[in-house]
Amino acid sequence: MLGVGNWVTDGDGRVTGKVKNSQGLEAYLESFKKLENGAGGPEWLRPMRRAAIARSSELGFPTVRDEDWKFTNLAPLSKRAFAPAAGADVTLEDLAPFVFRGQESARLVFVNGRYQPQLSDSCAQPGGVLACNLGQSLQLQPELVKLHLAQYLDYENDFFAALNTAFVEDGGFVYVPDGVVVERPVHLIYVSSETPAPSVTHPRNLIVVGEAAEGAVVEEYVSLGGEEYFTNAMTEIVAGPSAVLEHYRVQRESRKAFNVGTVRVEQSRSSNVACHAVHLGGGLVRNNVHPVLAGAGAECLINGLFLPAGKQHIDNFMRVEHVSPHCGSRQFYNGILNGSASGVFSGRIIVHKDAQKTDAKQTNRNLLLTDEAQMDSKPQLEIYADDVKCTHGATIGQLDDDAIFYLRARGVPEQTARTLLLFGFAAENLERMRQAPIRGYVENLVTEWLPHGEVLKKLR
Amino acid sequence: MLEIKNLHVSVEGKKILKGLNLTVNAGEVHSIMGPNGSGKSTLASVLAGRDGYEVTEGQVLYRGEDLLGMAPEERAHEGVFLAFQYPVEIPGVGSIQFLTAALNAIREHRGLEELDALDALKLFKDKIKALHVSDELLGRSVNEGFSGGEKKKNEIFQMAVLEPTLAVLDETDSGLDIDALRIVAEGVNALRSPERAFLVITHYQRLLSYIVPDFVHVLVNGRIVRSGEKELALHLEEYGYAWAGQRDPTGVGSG
Repeated sequence: MLGVGNWVTDGDGRVTGKVKNSQGLEAYLESFKKLENGAGGPEWLRPMRRAAIARSSELGFPTVRDEDWKFTNLAPLSKRAFAPAAGADVTLEDLAPFVFRGQESARLVFVNGRYQPQLSDSCAQPGGVLACNLGQSLQLQPELVKLHLAQYLDYENDFFAALNTAFVEDGGFVYVPDGVVVERPVHLIYVSSETPAPSVTHPRNLIVVGEAAEGAVVEEYVSLGGEEYFTNAMTEIVAGPSAVLEHYRVQRESRKAFNVGTVRVEQSRSSNVACHAVHLGGGLVRNNVHPVLAGAGAECLINGLFLPAGKQHIDNFMRVEHVSPHCGSRQFYNGILNGSASGVFSGRIIVHKDAQKTDAKQTNRNLLLTDEAQMDSKPQLEIYADDVKCTHGATIGQLDDDAIFYLRARGVPEQTARTLLLFGFAAENLERMRQAPIRGYVENLVTEWLPHGEVLKKLR
Repeated sequence: MLEIKNLHVSVEGKKILKGLNLTVNAGEVHSIMGPNGSGKSTLASVLAGRDGYEVTEGQVLYRGEDLLGMAPEERAHEGVFLAFQYPVEIPGVGSIQFLTAALNAIREHRGLEELDALDALKLFKDKIKALHVSDELLGRSVNEGFSGGEKKKNEIFQMAVLEPTLAVLDETDSGLDIDALRIVAEGVNALRSPERAFLVITHYQRLLSYIVPDFVHVLVNGRIVRSGEKELALHLEEYGYAWAGQRDPTGVGSG
C-alpha cells in the first residue's frame, strides 16, 4: 500500500537545546504544598505521594537530550504553570456525542478530573464486578487497591508518573473477579471544560482483571470548551492468569491541549491484553504504552492509529518487555499526518534473558499527506535471550499510485479513490478492535477526520 | 469503436510501441498475441490511462473521441474496462464498498440513479452467482490475500458488474487452471453483444479455444506484424512468433 518503504533505524534530532523547566515545576511543587504535602487519600498513599513529588523535583521535565524524548520538545509544557482544575457544570446532554447508549456496562464521567456521580452509571456491588471511581474503590476493595495502586508505574524514573502519583486524586477503578466475563465495555470519560486559567489534571486508573476473567475498558479524553490544559493520565492494568482484556484509549483533546498518557500493563501467565489507541486530538501528545509480559505464554496486542493535522505533535512511545518464555507481542501502529503535523513512533522491545521462545513483531506505517508533515520512526530491540523471533519494520510514504490507478480505472474519481485508500489504511487498525460499538464509533471519527471523508458515508 | 492509428509509445525513454494500427468495431472480439516484451501490456496500459507511458506519435479514437485526452476514470465512465494483468491488493478497502463507488460513479455519468447499498449488494450477488464464483470474496478487502486465480476471477466479476462497452483483457488467462479459465471465458462470452467489443491480450492460444476471436493480431517488437482470423492463433502455436515476423515483416493490414 505504501509507495516507498524505508527502514528507519534512527532519526535526526531536529529539536535541540536545553529546556529550562523551573517555572512549570515550581508550580507543581507549590500546589503540592497547598495540598498539605500530600495528606489526601488513605494513610498508606501518603509516603508514596511524598516520595513521588521528591522524585519529580529531582528528575525534572525530560529534555530532548534524553534519548527517550529526542523528538519531542517539552519546553511549551515545562515553561507553563498550570493550576489545579476547578469544577464545572456539565450535563448528560453535553455528553451525548460520547456515550455509547445502552452499549456500555458502566460509565464513569470525570469533569476536570473530578468524578461526577450524577453523570455516571457505576457498577458497585460489593463482592462482584466493580466499575467505580478510586474514592469508592477504597471503601469497597481497600486491600486490592493497596495491593496494586502505584505498584507498576515507575515513578522512580518516569517524571510524569511521579507527578501523577504525587497528585493522584481520582480516576476509574475496574475490577473483574476471577472467572467473570463482562462482555460490554466499561466507559471512562474524561471531560475538560472551560476553566478560568489553564489547568492540569492527573487522572489515575486502575484495572484489575482476575484469573480467567474477561473485560473491556474504554478511556476517552475529550474537550467540552476546554482549550489550553494539561492532562497527565496514568493507567495501571493488572491481568491475572489467563485473563483477557481489551483496553481502548480514544484521545480527542482540544488542539491546544497537552496530553501525556501512559498505559502500564502487568500480565500474568497466558493472559491476553489488547491495548488499542486512537489519537486525534491534542496539540502536544505523548502516548506511552508499556506492557510487561511477566508470566509465561502471555500475549499482547498493541494497536494504534494516530492522525495529527495542523501543528499537532503526537509522540508514540512503546516499550514491550518480555520477561517470561513463550510470550507473544504484536505492535501495529499506523499514522496519517496532514498539514504541518509531526509524529513519532518509538518501539522498544526488550527481551530479558529468561524469555526464550519470544515472538515479537512490530510494524509502524505512516502516510504523509503533505510535504510539511514530518515523521520520525525508531525501532529498538534489546535482546538478552538467544532463542527468540523479533521482527520490526517501518515505512514512511505516500499513497500507492498503483492502487489509486486501479480504483480510477474502475471509474472511481481520483479524490474518492484517495479517501477510500486512506480509510483502508486506517481500517487495518480498526479491524483489530473487537468491540463493535467502539469500532463503529471510532470509524465515524476517522471518517470525519479524513479529507473528503463525507464520500465514504454513502458507501457504508 | 476503437481506432488506433500509428501509435508510438515510450516508457522511460525506451520505445515500446512503434507505429501500431488497429481498428476494432462494435460486436467484435480481437485477440492480440505476442512474445514477452512485444508491447502487449503497454498497449493495455495506454488504453486505460496509466501514468508513465509517453505517447510520442499517433492517436487513439474511442467512439470518435480522443481517448488519450481522458482521465482514467473518464474512460471507465465512457465504458472502457481493463482487466489487469496484476490486480492490485488494497487492504482495508472492502470489495463491496469499492465496487459500489465504481458502479455509482459510472451510473451517475450515464444519467442513471445511484443504487443504494442494498440494491448494489443484490446486484453483486446475482452477478457473482452467475459466474459460479464464491460470493465469499465480496466480504473481503479488494484482492487482499487472493490467489492468482481469485484475482483474475474478481476482474471478470467486476467487468460483469460494470458492463463496459470496450473491455481490454491483459493476459487474464496467464497462470489459470482450466476451471478458472472457463470461468473467465464464460464471463466474457456472456457479455458478448453487437454493442460491445473485446480486446483479448494473451500469450497462449489456449484461451482462444474458449473465447473464439473474430480476429487475431500478432504483435512483435511494437508493431502488428500479422493479422488474420482465428486460425492464425493455431499457426502461431505450431510455428512460433518468429514465423509470423518472418513471413510478413512489414506488418500490413489490421483487423
